[in-house]
Amino acid sequence: MKILSTAALAGLMAFGFTSAAIAEIKIGVSVSETGPAAFLGDPEAKTLKMMIDDINAKGGVNGEQIELVLYDDGGDPNKARTFATRLVEDDEVTAIIGGSTTGATMAIIPVVEDAEIPFISLAGAIDIIEPVKGFVFKTPHTDRMACQKIFEDMKARDIIKIGLISGTDGFGASMEAQCKSVVGDYGIEIVASETYGPQDADMTPQLTNIKGAQGIQAILNPGFGQGPSIITRNYAQLAIDLPLYQSHGVASDGFIELAGATAAEGVRLPGTALLVADILPENDPQKQVALAYKTMFEEKTGTAVGTFGGYAHDAVLLMVDAIKRAGSGEPIAIRDALEATSGLVGTTGTYNMSSTDHLGLDLTAFRMLEIRDGKWTVVE
Amino acid sequence: MAELMQFILSGLTVGAVYALVALGFTIIYNASDVVNFAQGEFVMLGGMITVFAHSAGMPLPLAAVIAIAVTASVGVALNKLAIEPARGAPVVSLIIITIGASIFIRGVTQLVFDKQLHRFPAFSGDAPIHILGATILPQSLWVMLGAVAVFVALWLFFTHTLTGKAILATSNNRLAAQLVGINTNWVMTLSFALSAAIGALAGVLVTPITLVSYDVGIALALKGFAAAMLGGMGNPKGALVGGILLGLFEALTAGYLSSQYKDAAAFIVILAVLFAMPQGLFGKKSTDRV
Repeated sequence: MKILSTAALAGLMAFGFTSAAIAEIKIGVSVSETGPAAFLGDPEAKTLKMMIDDINAKGGVNGEQIELVLYDDGGDPNKARTFATRLVEDDEVTAIIGGSTTGATMAIIPVVEDAEIPFISLAGAIDIIEPVKGFVFKTPHTDRMACQKIFEDMKARDIIKIGLISGTDGFGASMEAQCKSVVGDYGIEIVASETYGPQDADMTPQLTNIKGAQGIQAILNPGFGQGPSIITRNYAQLAIDLPLYQSHGVASDGFIELAGATAAEGVRLPGTALLVADILPENDPQKQVALAYKTMFEEKTGTAVGTFGGYAHDAVLLMVDAIKRAGSGEPIAIRDALEATSGLVGTTGTYNMSSTDHLGLDLTAFRMLEIRDGKWTVVE
Repeated sequence: MAELMQFILSGLTVGAVYALVALGFTIIYNASDVVNFAQGEFVMLGGMITVFAHSAGMPLPLAAVIAIAVTASVGVALNKLAIEPARGAPVVSLIIITIGASIFIRGVTQLVFDKQLHRFPAFSGDAPIHILGATILPQSLWVMLGAVAVFVALWLFFTHTLTGKAILATSNNRLAAQLVGINTNWVMTLSFALSAAIGALAGVLVTPITLVSYDVGIALALKGFAAAMLGGMGNPKGALVGGILLGLFEALTAGYLSSQYKDAAAFIVILAVLFAMPQGLFGKKSTDRV
């Protein structure tokens, strides 16, 4: 009996493998579906699955079906590296998408560079694509670009003295450092700088000190998670009447809900077209793409669409576009096609890659948004 | 002056949150000498269940009561399924079991609910109250009121009721307690139910301020534990005072020294206190007869 069932199992497995082998294009994924970075990996994984299903239902790419091999690295760089190795050696994938966090991405890079497999990262840090690495691309704009967008807007409003209140988590600390490195280019001076822990419940002491700084005209909060919502509430509690800027990290409808429409009134932040897809003018090139993704995601998952899922969406667009142009499932050909991407409209921006730019976005990818009456508005 | 006042009000707000969490540690510790590291998860469950019951259309008070009741039964289940079968194991093993339970509860919560941040409306609105040029939110007063109410209730419970004394007796000597007719299993179950309920109540009160998601429990439990150690583990008065002091240290450090070092400064003060008074500020000195 036991031998029989083992044989049956072996037969089933063999059958499973043959049927899987029909799909000639295998895309490997390692994202943080669970763990501390689940807020990134969860919408990313959902997006990847639904987009690949959609593409396959429409006949695949170049007539071939795409198979998605998805692993959950839990945000742990060690696991990310292990899964990347497994994707390359055991699953023999054509390309990899993933690395929700910068740490996970940095762990995957050496593996894909050695194996010469194209890799699109979903993490923020500029170090991923600077210096340019042969097989590494990414879709999210960098922290530095977010800072530049914010400082441009401040300059336009004649704001030259600002306060910084940054989270001490990875996101906040990285963006704080990037903002400090480019702030001089805009003739803006940071006159007060405070920090808070990612789980802190009250930031009124820090805000009281910043508010008291000489000549201060605006406050910027590089941060992520509950911190920015609590700061926005504390801001209203202390009745600070300076403009408040938040980062792209909290660009989602959830932020308005958590901070409360009254407290969030007038808050500005750099966000993507995805967030304001409904109110973009008809002739905006990103409107169709953003709206289509938003509708699909919200129908399939029942949760509001966010910037992070959009990064995964754009990674699939880029990859499929490159595979189409490459005309084959050869990793090297796909890499070359990725590098030649031009004018590809995604939810995050319009991508124009080159041999010196593996991100392909410029500052126009960001829209400066302001919250008015509990709704996003574009202020440009 | 207005600045100092703002720092103090901020310290009291945060301190009351810590105190409420610290108070939850008291009962289980008194019954069994176990520091329950799943206490933060009880707080998180209180907040999460209220959020989802409220968004399902229930009025806030009813949602809160349901959250407290459900969390209390989770506490009972934790005792029945994990702690009781390991009876006789050393305290350290039981503490490790509670760490395992906290990871398990966190995992189940993110599957049953979700991984997003949530909040429900503050009980009496968001209009700040002005005191001497500084401001405090009405919800902070609710948290402080809750902390004091739980403290008074616990103090009365341990000093004036037979059940409370039975819990203390069980902690002192389980065998002797059994010999005088105390049902120690029941005492343990009761203490887990009460601790979980207090944790859930804390979650209900603090969520409008701190927001809630499946993973807020660890940080809350850590700060609550530090507050309880500072005040003296197992003593409700110690939990209350320890929590408020910890909150004030943090706020004043953030205000006058540097926000970068506020956690470090608070913990240095705790270390210094424990160095001079190893039992905490109000901990009872224990002597073992040899």
